Amino acid sequence: MANHIKIKKGLDIPLQGKASGTTADDRESALFAITPDDFPGCTWKAVVKAGDSVAHGSPLLIDKASGTITLTSPVDGTVKEIHRGERRKIEFVSVEKGVCTDKADFNTSTEREQIRTTLQASGLWAMMRQRPFDIVPEAESTPRDIFVTAFDSAPLAPAILEDSLAPYLEKGLEILKRLTDGYVYLGVRAGSDITSRVAEVYEFEGPHPAGNVGTQIAAIAPVNKGETVWTLDAETAARIGKLYTDGNLDFSTVVAVTGPEAKSPHSVRTIIGASLKTLLKGAVAGNDTRIISGNVLTGVKETADGFLRYPYRQITLIQEGEHADEFMGWASMNPRKFSVKHTFPAFLRGLTKPYDFDSRIKGGHRAMILSGEYDKVFPMDIYPEYLLKAILAGDIDKMEKLGIYEVAPEDFALPEFVDTSKNELQKIVREGLDNLRKELS
Amino acid sequence: MKGLKQRIDKVKPQFEKGGRFSKLHSVFDGFYTFLFTPNETSRSGVHIHDSNDSKRTMITVVLALLPCCLFGMWNIGYQHALATGDIDHSFFHLFFYGFWAVLPQIVTAYVVGLGIEFIVAQLRGHEIQEGFLVSGILIPMICPVDTPCWMLAVAVAFSVIFAKEVFGGTGYNFLNVALVTRAFLFFAYPSQMSGDKVFVNLGDMPAADAFTGATPLGQMASSGTSEAIMTGVNGLPLSFHDIFFGFYPGSWGETSTFCILIGLAILLSTGMASWKIITSGIVGAFLMALLAHNFASPLYPVTYIDPLTQLCLGGFAFAIVFMATDPVTACRTNTGKYIYGFLIGALAILIRCYNTGYPEGAMLAVLLMNCFAPLIDYCVVNSNINRRLKRAVAKS
Repeated sequence: MANHIKIKKGLDIPLQGKASGTTADDRESALFAITPDDFPGCTWKAVVKAGDSVAHGSPLLIDKASGTITLTSPVDGTVKEIHRGERRKIEFVSVEKGVCTDKADFNTSTEREQIRTTLQASGLWAMMRQRPFDIVPEAESTPRDIFVTAFDSAPLAPAILEDSLAPYLEKGLEILKRLTDGYVYLGVRAGSDITSRVAEVYEFEGPHPAGNVGTQIAAIAPVNKGETVWTLDAETAARIGKLYTDGNLDFSTVVAVTGPEAKSPHSVRTIIGASLKTLLKGAVAGNDTRIISGNVLTGVKETADGFLRYPYRQITLIQEGEHADEFMGWASMNPRKFSVKHTFPAFLRGLTKPYDFDSRIKGGHRAMILSGEYDKVFPMDIYPEYLLKAILAGDIDKMEKLGIYEVAPEDFALPEFVDTSKNELQKIVREGLDNLRKELS
Repeated sequence: MKGLKQRIDKVKPQFEKGGRFSKLHSVFDGFYTFLFTPNETSRSGVHIHDSNDSKRTMITVVLALLPCCLFGMWNIGYQHALATGDIDHSFFHLFFYGFWAVLPQIVTAYVVGLGIEFIVAQLRGHEIQEGFLVSGILIPMICPVDTPCWMLAVAVAFSVIFAKEVFGGTGYNFLNVALVTRAFLFFAYPSQMSGDKVFVNLGDMPAADAFTGATPLGQMASSGTSEAIMTGVNGLPLSFHDIFFGFYPGSWGETSTFCILIGLAILLSTGMASWKIITSGIVGAFLMALLAHNFASPLYPVTYIDPLTQLCLGGFAFAIVFMATDPVTACRTNTGKYIYGFLIGALAILIRCYNTGYPEGAMLAVLLMNCFAPLIDYCVVNSNINRRLKRAVAKS
C-alpha cells in the first residue's frame, strides 16, 4: 500500500481544449532543435558547426563549467543552424533529419561514477533538475534524495508516462537509486496502478499543483539548507531505464496539442525539439493565436517557426487577445470571465465548465493589496508573500530563513495566476534564485 | 464602443511623454483604463490570468457598502423628521433629504482624495491606484452628518498624504486611511465631532420638545447611573429592533447592523474580506461585553448594556466588517488574522465601556491594532522560520 497524501490547497483551472484520446504519428517533421535556455544553471557552448553530420545522441552543446554535461542531438542528420541572438548567445541548435553512419554508444555499466558519466554524455542528465536553485544538477553533486513525479496536474496536461516507455520506469528508478545514498521517491496520482520495488511510492490526491514535484517534496521531505535533491519526471526516468535496458537513447515523445484555439485537440507522436511548423500544420483555429510550448502556467511562448521546448509534452494554443478592447471590464457581468474570487457571475457556472482564456493580464500592475490570495493555492509550509518580499528586497538571510531552497519558479505559477495585483511572481523567484546562486558561489 | 475607442486613441499621443498634455498623463490613463480594460498581454510566467483585478476588487467593496450608504441617507431624513416632529413624509422625501445632506461631503472626500492621488501618480509616474474609491465613500459614512466640508477636506488631505502617500501609496500604508481621517477630525475638532448636536441634521427647523440628539452610546456614557435607558431623538425608548435595523442617530453609514450584514454577505461570498478577522472580532467583542456586563458598575454605565445589543450599537459592527478587514492594514498571515480580529473586538468594547471620555472605541481599537499587525505577523512568520531551522538541526 502506497503512502497517501491529500493536497488541499490548489486549483484546477478549467481551460477549454483537452486533447482527445487519439494519437497521430508525425511523419513530416524534418527539423529538430535544442534550446539551451530550457536548461538553466549551465553556460552552453556549441561543439558542432552548421553542416556537421551528427548522430542521434551525439553532443551538440556542452556545459563550459563542467565540461561533461551535454545536450545531444535528438535525431541522426546534419546540423542546420546554430542560431545566435544578442551578444552571440546561442538561441537554438537545429538539426535536419537525415542519415549518419556514426552511432553514439554509451557505457551502461552500473557503477555510480559510470552512471553519472553516461547520463551527462547522453543528454539525460540535463533533463533532471536540482533543488536548491532549480537548475540542471551540478556535475559533482550527490543528492540527498531523488524525487520522480509520474503525473502532471497542470491545465490540460497529458499523462507523463506513455505506454511505450512505461515498462522501462522500474529500471530507470533502479539506476537513479544508485546515484543517491538516500531514497528515490515516486509521486503518483491517487488510484494509479504504477508501482515500484526500488522507489518509495507516494500517492497524491487533490488539485494542481499536486503533480508538481515541489509540492511532493514539501509533503514528503522538504529540502533544508545545505541539502541537495534532484527532481525529474517519470518520462525521463523511463528514458534512463531504456538506455540501460537495451542501450537505446529514446527521444521520442507524445505531445498533446491542447487549448481553446486548437482545432481538434489531440496528441502527436514525434521527437523532442520538433519544429512547430509541421507539428501544428492545420491545428490552429484562429489567426490571433499564442502558441505556448508547455502548459499555460509554466510554458514558453513560441513563434509559429519555433520548436517544441522542454519538457516536450504539451502545446497549448490560446487567443492572444491584445485587440479585445473590453469596455469597462471592471463592471463586466460576462459569464465567460473566470475568477476564483466569485466577483464575476461566472462562478455560478461551476468549475466543471471550461473557459476560453486569452493571454491578457486583465488589469493593471499594483502593489500587493489582498492578503492570503497566494496561500490558498500554495500547498507548502512557506509564507509565499514574505518570501517574495525578501527576494524583492534582496535580503539573502531572510530568503534562506523563509525557505527559498525549497522552491522553484513553477511553484509560484498558481499564485501568479490568481494575483489581483498582476505581479510577475515566477520571474521574481527565478531572478531571486539566480542572484542567490551567484552570491553563494 | 469602437468609435469611442478610436477617438480616444487619436488624442492619446498628446497625453504621452513629449505630448502637449503630458502633465495630465496619469489622469488620462486613469480614465482610459476605467473605460477600457488594458489590452496588455502576459510577457513572462503564466499565460492566463484570473479576471479579478484591483478595480473589480474595489468596486465590489463599494457595492458591499451601498446598502449601508442608502439606508444611512434615508435614516438622516428619518432622524430629521423625528427630531423636528415633522414626520408626515414619504420614503423618498426622507431619502432625498439625507441624500442632499451628505452629497457635498461625499463629493468633497472624492475630489480632495482623488485629486491628491492623481497628482501623486503623475509625480511618481505610476498608474492611478484605486484604493481611494473605497476610502472616499467610507469617510463620509463614518462621520457625523453635520461635519463641515472644509473640515472633511483638511482631514482627507492629511490622511491621504500622511497616512498613505508618504509610505508609497495603496498597498504600502500601515494605517487605515478612512480611520485616520476620522481620528484626525475627532482629535482636531472635538467640539464639532461629539456631543448631542452633530449626529442629527435639523436643517433650519427647530427641534421638537422631547428632542435628544445624543447617540445611544453617548447617552449611556454620560448617564452615570445603572437605570439609564437609551432613547431615540424623540425621547422614546429604543427597542432592540430599532438598534438592529439602525433607527437611531450616529455616524450616518454605520447604524444599521442589518445593512452591515448584507454587506458582509457580499464581502464573504466574493472572498473580499477575511472571515477569520470578522469571526474572531465578533467573538472577542462578545466575550469582552459579557465580561463587562457581568461586572457592571454605575461608574461605567455602558457596561449595563447586554452583549448582543453592544455588538449592534455604534460603530463596532461597521468597523469589524469594513475597517478591520482592509487587507493592507490588517494582519496578512492566517494565524495573525485570528489574533488581530479578536483583539480589535475586545479592545473596541473595552474602550467603549471603561473610557467614558470616548463613547465609542471601534475606531481607536482598529487603529491601535493596525499598528500591531506587523508585529503579530512578524511573530507568526518567525514561528515558521523556527520550524524550518529546527527541521534542519534535527537532520544534521
